[in-house]
Amino acid sequence: MTVRRNHKAALGRRDVLRSAALGAIALAGTGLVAGEALATPETAAAALAKMAGGNAMEQGKVTVKLPEIAENGSTVPITILVDSPMTPDNYVKAIHIVSEGNPIPELISFHLSPDLGKAEVSTRIRLGKTQDVVAAAVMSDGKVYTGRKNVKVTVGGCGG
Amino acid sequence: MAKKPRVKVPAKAKKGEIVQIKTLTSHVMETGTRKDEQGNPIPRNIIHTFSVTFNGKEVLKADMHPGVAANPYFAFYTRAMESGTFEFTWTDDSGQVLTASKQMTVE
Repeated sequence: MTVRRNHKAALGRRDVLRSAALGAIALAGTGLVAGEALATPETAAAALAKMAGGNAMEQGKVTVKLPEIAENGSTVPITILVDSPMTPDNYVKAIHIVSEGNPIPELISFHLSPDLGKAEVSTRIRLGKTQDVVAAAVMSDGKVYTGRKNVKVTVGGCGG
Repeated sequence: MAKKPRVKVPAKAKKGEIVQIKTLTSHVMETGTRKDEQGNPIPRNIIHTFSVTFNGKEVLKADMHPGVAANPYFAFYTRAMESGTFEFTWTDDSGQVLTASKQMTVE
């Protein structure tokens, strides 16, 4: 499971082993499947960039609403609100959401239309541990805006 | 997946009004990363696509990954411009398709 932790390459071999061991303990603690590599902010950012189509991303316009503390990680309410008039020539085309600490970074992609009148969508997600959730909104002019929110997870929701 | 999905759409709306729509489906949303008691992986079975059309035109679509909670819930808004029918479709990995439809009258 050290294979995907490329960002640790600059560290010594022992550090890598130690972090891998700690990771395994953390996984066992949250009831996640041992041996499964977790998403990191780096892999989450890469997944988000891919979902959003690779355009440059700018912070702002996107509000991620999540509880401060999620007692049950297996169902966490989330609302994404994007500042957009939602008119046929200026609307949000898509909203992509990723997790920075789940086994799979991708959570969900919404494809919107100007008929919605308001760029606000809500759903419920699973979160394995305390982490940041990041959302990207792809506008009709091709610009991409992002927003993030940290959520503390008491009991993880990605297994058992 | 035996239960029918629940959908809330206002029966009547004023022209130009932005109305909220809520949907709730019962589904295990099996992630594919879990193992059973014998240690065999449990195959993934999630609803991967949810789509909403109004009078045949797509207004919202969602592509889901295993990080979406069991019994997927959605809430979103739409601008009521004309009377018509919403069609909701959920498709899962096993090929099962759930549908629901709701009328809305615009005054």
